[in-house]
Amino acid sequence: MPEENPLVEMEREIVGGDFQRAGDVSSELKNILQQAGFPAPFNRRVVIASYEAEMNVVIHAYRGIFRVQIYSDRVHIEVDDEGPGIPDLELAFQEGYSTAPPHIREMGFGAGYGLSNMKKCSDRLHIDTRVEEGTRVIMDFFLPSFMKG
Amino acid sequence: MSREEIFHSVRLDESKCKGCTHCIRRCPTEAIRVKGGKARINEERCIDCGECIRTCPNYAKYAQSDPLEAIKEFKYTIALPAPAFYAQFKFTLPLSKVLSGLLKIGFHDVFEVARGAEILAEEIKCYLQRRDIVKPVISSACPAVVRLIEVKFPSLLENLLPLDSPLGVVAKIARLEAMKKGYRPREIGIFFITPCPAKVTEVRQSGDDLARVDGAISMSSVYSRLVNELATIEEVIHSQMAGFRGIGWARSGGEQESLGPGEYMAVDGIHHVIAVLEKIEVGELKEVVYCEAQACVGGCIGGVLAVQNPFIAKVNVNHLLQKYNFYAPIEKTHQAEWRKKGVFLRSKPYEAKEVMRLDRDLHRALEKYQTIEKLVEKLPGLDCGACGSPTCRALAEDIVQEKALEVDCPFLLRNRMVDLAVEMYELASKVPQTMIKEEEGKKVGNQNS
Repeated sequence: MPEENPLVEMEREIVGGDFQRAGDVSSELKNILQQAGFPAPFNRRVVIASYEAEMNVVIHAYRGIFRVQIYSDRVHIEVDDEGPGIPDLELAFQEGYSTAPPHIREMGFGAGYGLSNMKKCSDRLHIDTRVEEGTRVIMDFFLPSFMKG
Repeated sequence: MSREEIFHSVRLDESKCKGCTHCIRRCPTEAIRVKGGKARINEERCIDCGECIRTCPNYAKYAQSDPLEAIKEFKYTIALPAPAFYAQFKFTLPLSKVLSGLLKIGFHDVFEVARGAEILAEEIKCYLQRRDIVKPVISSACPAVVRLIEVKFPSLLENLLPLDSPLGVVAKIARLEAMKKGYRPREIGIFFITPCPAKVTEVRQSGDDLARVDGAISMSSVYSRLVNELATIEEVIHSQMAGFRGIGWARSGGEQESLGPGEYMAVDGIHHVIAVLEKIEVGELKEVVYCEAQACVGGCIGGVLAVQNPFIAKVNVNHLLQKYNFYAPIEKTHQAEWRKKGVFLRSKPYEAKEVMRLDRDLHRALEKYQTIEKLVEKLPGLDCGACGSPTCRALAEDIVQEKALEVDCPFLLRNRMVDLAVEMYELASKVPQTMIKEEEGKKVGNQNS
């Protein structure tokens, strides 16, 4: 991919365990995409994936940094967290598999669809994870080519 | 197709508007600005929810509806009372009396929207059985919510129930019945008795064919005419058909009750609706099959054209539900015929309004976004509204769109004046060389060196 400067960059902190503000970052991102005029179906999948990534930090990690870069034809998201990491990535991708503790699941979070949703909604998903250290999620979303220009 | 594409029922009476900023901050789509001392409504953004009517202390905002006299233009007129209309009267009053009263004040027939709701509920049940639906399906009964989604949540258009509202359904059935009686389409006048401005707008955009509704008369004006007549009504000349399932649609929660058991939710009040739509947008609430959403607190009984306090109206509804605890099943042949004639179809497809985008060009839009971000940092962040825009961010957007100036912000204006004063003071202390006295020249001699 040719290197070009993003048109808009955003960086936000996410606090682990802060359920009240969970989703704020994704809402903000949605507003930018909407104001930019990206097509609604594109925005929806970016926002769903971004929300899942954001929620993963809130549910599992201590803290995280959410970075997004918006280009004219794609959106790039990186979420870095300090947290427990994912011991078995393959298992984590299975729908319904969750390591969220019961009290979190009882609240309706951590149903085990996070990673599979992120995979479904993004065009490229890369996960780096180290147990007891943290996880980095990288996602790319490409605008359908007919929308360009 | 539609008679008035850009019509809004919510209007401003300029002579009453004092240019206070109550309405701009309450508007859910940030559609209002105060310019030149008067509130201006952005027609593209307005969803006719009526929040500004509720909040205006000077009664400068009003809902435009049709006068009762409008029915005189038609040979055969049909009244369509909203379910919420029933809740305006003390529950001890038989509903058949209310319906008969409508005939007394000039209508030739009455079709209950509550019955339309019962008919529609059967169709919704069928739709919810389909495998290709996007959950949660969002109710299309409240036109303010539909427009909110078109304006602010275009990605949720696929969740919207693709069926007409109870009003649309019953209006078509009423027209079909009148035509069966031998009246020509132009002779038939169909009038909705409306609890809110959003429904007035829905009526104005109802199209010119079968779906046409000829006018919307406010509940309050019909109520005041009817109240005097009610005492004189002895015999019942119109019986009532809608039971608890349809009447329940008068208030929040009634839709789901009419659908039988299932995973449903109900949200009311436009700001609560927005919060729930935001949740749906990020992928939550997928286990909910049907989401009932109404712009007014309490549902339609909370409409700004209602007479009764919504909480008292709710008591009335609850009593009516017990009193009319019956349900007249809908004949399958009727349902099939209506389906064939397109009674359940919306006359207009949903469309994304995209009024939130900053520019038609994506590059320009993102540039504008960055400029907005910088301006937001510069602005005080008090969201005081003194500039005429609802929030500091909204002012930043207005500046970028060349609809406002930085100095519209009283704080930035003050800063500019301070800068100017400092500059004036500096300039004032600069004395032309010819005017410098010897003594002073020593003091200020270095100023021009």
